[in-house]
Amino acid sequence: MSRRTPSRGWRATLSSAADWIEKPIEALIRACGWSSIVLVAAIFCFVFWYAAPLLPKIDWLGPDGFFTSTNWHAKEREGATYGVLAMIIGNFAVAAVAMVIAIPFGLAAAVYISEFAGPRSKEWFKVGIEILAAIPSIVWGFIAITMIGPLLIKYAGATMGTNLLNGGIVLGLMSIPLIVSLAEDSLRAVPDSFREAAMALGANRWEIVYRVLFPAARSGLLAACMLGVGRAIGETMAVLLATGNKNQIPTSLTDPITTLTATIASEMGDAEAGSPHSQSLFTIGLLLLVITCAINLTANLVIRGNKRQS
Amino acid sequence: MSSANPFIPSAYELDKEKRAQLARWSTLAVTVALLIPVALILTLIALKAQPALSWEYLTGDVSRSGAAGGIWGPLMGTFYLTLLCLAIVAPIGILAGVYIHEYAPDNAFTRAIMVAVTSLAGVPSIVHALFGLGAFVATLGMPKGLLTAAMTLSVMTLPVIITSTREALSSVPKNFREACWNLGASRWQTIRTIVLPNSFGGILTGVILVIARAAGETAPIMFMGAVMWLRIAPAGPERLMPYGLNDEFMALSNHLNLISKDIPGMPEEMKFGSALVLLSLILFINGIASLVRLRLRRRKRW
Repeated sequence: MSRRTPSRGWRATLSSAADWIEKPIEALIRACGWSSIVLVAAIFCFVFWYAAPLLPKIDWLGPDGFFTSTNWHAKEREGATYGVLAMIIGNFAVAAVAMVIAIPFGLAAAVYISEFAGPRSKEWFKVGIEILAAIPSIVWGFIAITMIGPLLIKYAGATMGTNLLNGGIVLGLMSIPLIVSLAEDSLRAVPDSFREAAMALGANRWEIVYRVLFPAARSGLLAACMLGVGRAIGETMAVLLATGNKNQIPTSLTDPITTLTATIASEMGDAEAGSPHSQSLFTIGLLLLVITCAINLTANLVIRGNKRQS
Repeated sequence: MSSANPFIPSAYELDKEKRAQLARWSTLAVTVALLIPVALILTLIALKAQPALSWEYLTGDVSRSGAAGGIWGPLMGTFYLTLLCLAIVAPIGILAGVYIHEYAPDNAFTRAIMVAVTSLAGVPSIVHALFGLGAFVATLGMPKGLLTAAMTLSVMTLPVIITSTREALSSVPKNFREACWNLGASRWQTIRTIVLPNSFGGILTGVILVIARAAGETAPIMFMGAVMWLRIAPAGPERLMPYGLNDEFMALSNHLNLISKDIPGMPEEMKFGSALVLLSLILFINGIASLVRLRLRRRKRW
C-alpha cells in the first residue's frame, strides 16, 4: 500500500479552490495598485472641474489680474477681483525663510547623525527627529501663536506676534525632519567603498563628508531640500495660524502676510458651494497643485538622474 | 636625524584633524540646538496644561465654546474618524503596496504609478480638502460628516501606507519567495503564507503611522463636517458612539484649531490642555510604532 493512485481528495479540491480565488484576488490587488494613479488624476480633474466655470472670466494679467495684482475681493457679488499676487509672494517668502532655517540645520543634523554619531546616540537623535516629525501642524500653529509670537514681540520688535518670521520659523522646524531623513538616506546610499577608498588615501571623517559624500550624494541632498520647499509651500494649518493672515506684500520680516493655502483654509468655510467665490478658491487650489506637483516631479527627476549615473 | 620620530603628525595633519573635530562638534551643536527648543516647547505645553488636566477634563462635555468642561466629544470624534479612515485606507494601501512590489512588471506604467504615489504624498492637505468637497460632497452628493471626512483623510494617507508596505515587503528576501514557488505555490499563496507574515511588523508600523497622521490632521476635515459643538448624550451607549456615519462630528485637532484663535475669556489651560492631549496621543501612537520597529529589528532571523 505504499503507492496510491492520485485521488481527487480534499487536497485537490482545496488547491482548485485556491486556483479559483487567484484570479479575483489578483484583479483586486491590481485595482488597488492603480488606485494612486486614479486618485492623482481625479484630484486634478475635480479641482479643475470646480474651478472651470470661473477660469474664462478671470482677468489673468491685467491691472486687477490674477497674477499681477493684490486685489483679492472674491466675496463681492458685483465687480469681484481675484488678485493673488500677495499670496504667491507670501507663500514663497515664508517658504524661503523656512528654508534659510531648515536647510543648514537639516543638513548639519543629517551629517552628524549619519557620519559622526555613535550607534547609541544615533538612535536617540533619530527619536528626537521623529518626535519633531510627529507634531501635527495644528499644534505647530498653536505653538506659533502662544509661544513664538510673544517672543517675537518682545525681542524682534514685531507689532503682531503672528507674521512672516513666525510662520517661517514654524515651517522651518516642520520641514527639518523631512530634510534630515531624506538627506540621511542619500548619504547612506553612497557605497561604503567610496568611504573606504577615501580613508585609504588618508582622508579623515570630515574630509570624507565634504570631499566624497557631498559630491556623491549631491542630487539626493538637492532633492531633499526641494521636497522641503514643497512641503513648506503646501503646509496649511500652521501657516494659517502663524502668519497673521493679512493680504499684503511683505516689506519686512515682521509683517503679517497670507498665503495661498491659508486663504483657502480661512475662506472656504464661508463660500457657498458653486458660487464664484468657491470657484476662485478652487482656482487657487489648482495653482497650488501645479506648483507642488512641479516641485515634487523635479525633485524626483533629480533623484532618478542620479541613480542612472551611478 | 636619528632623534626625529617619523610618526609624529605633521602640522598639516594636525590642522586637518582640528578641522574634523570642529566639524564634528559644530554639527553636534546644531543638532542639539535643534532638539532643545523642541524639548522646551513640549515641557512648557505640559506645564501650562497641567491645571486643566483631570479625569473630568477628558470625559466631560465641551461647554461655552471650549472655555469650560472637557473634551469627550472631540476625543470620540477623533477616535471614530481615525478608525474609519484606517478601515478604508489600510486594505487598499496594503494591497497597492503588494501590487507595486510583487506583481507590477517593470515598465513605464509601473513607473507612472510610483510617480503618482510620490505626487499624491506631495499634494497639500488643503487641496485634499477641496478634492473631498468636490468629489464626495458636490459630485457624489454625500452629506458632510464622519464618513466623507474619513474618506478624504484616506486619500491623504494612502501614500504613507503604500510606501511603508513596499519597504516592508522588500525586506523579505527573494529566496523565501523562490522556495515557496518551487513547492508549487501560486503567486497569491506565496504572498499570503510567506511574504505577508514575514513583513507583518513593517506593515503594522505603516498602519500605526497612518493613525498618527489621521488623528492630527485638521485641514482636510475642517470643511467636511467637523464642528465646534454638538450635544452628546450624557450616558448610555450613545455616549460611547455619539456620531452616525453621516453626522457632523467634533474632532480634537479641529477643536484645538477653533479655540486657539482669540476667543475672549478663554482660559489658557483649556487651550494648552487640548494641545497636550492631542500631542501626547500622537506621540504615544508614534511611540508604539517605534517599539514595533525596534522589536522587529531584534527578532529578525535573516
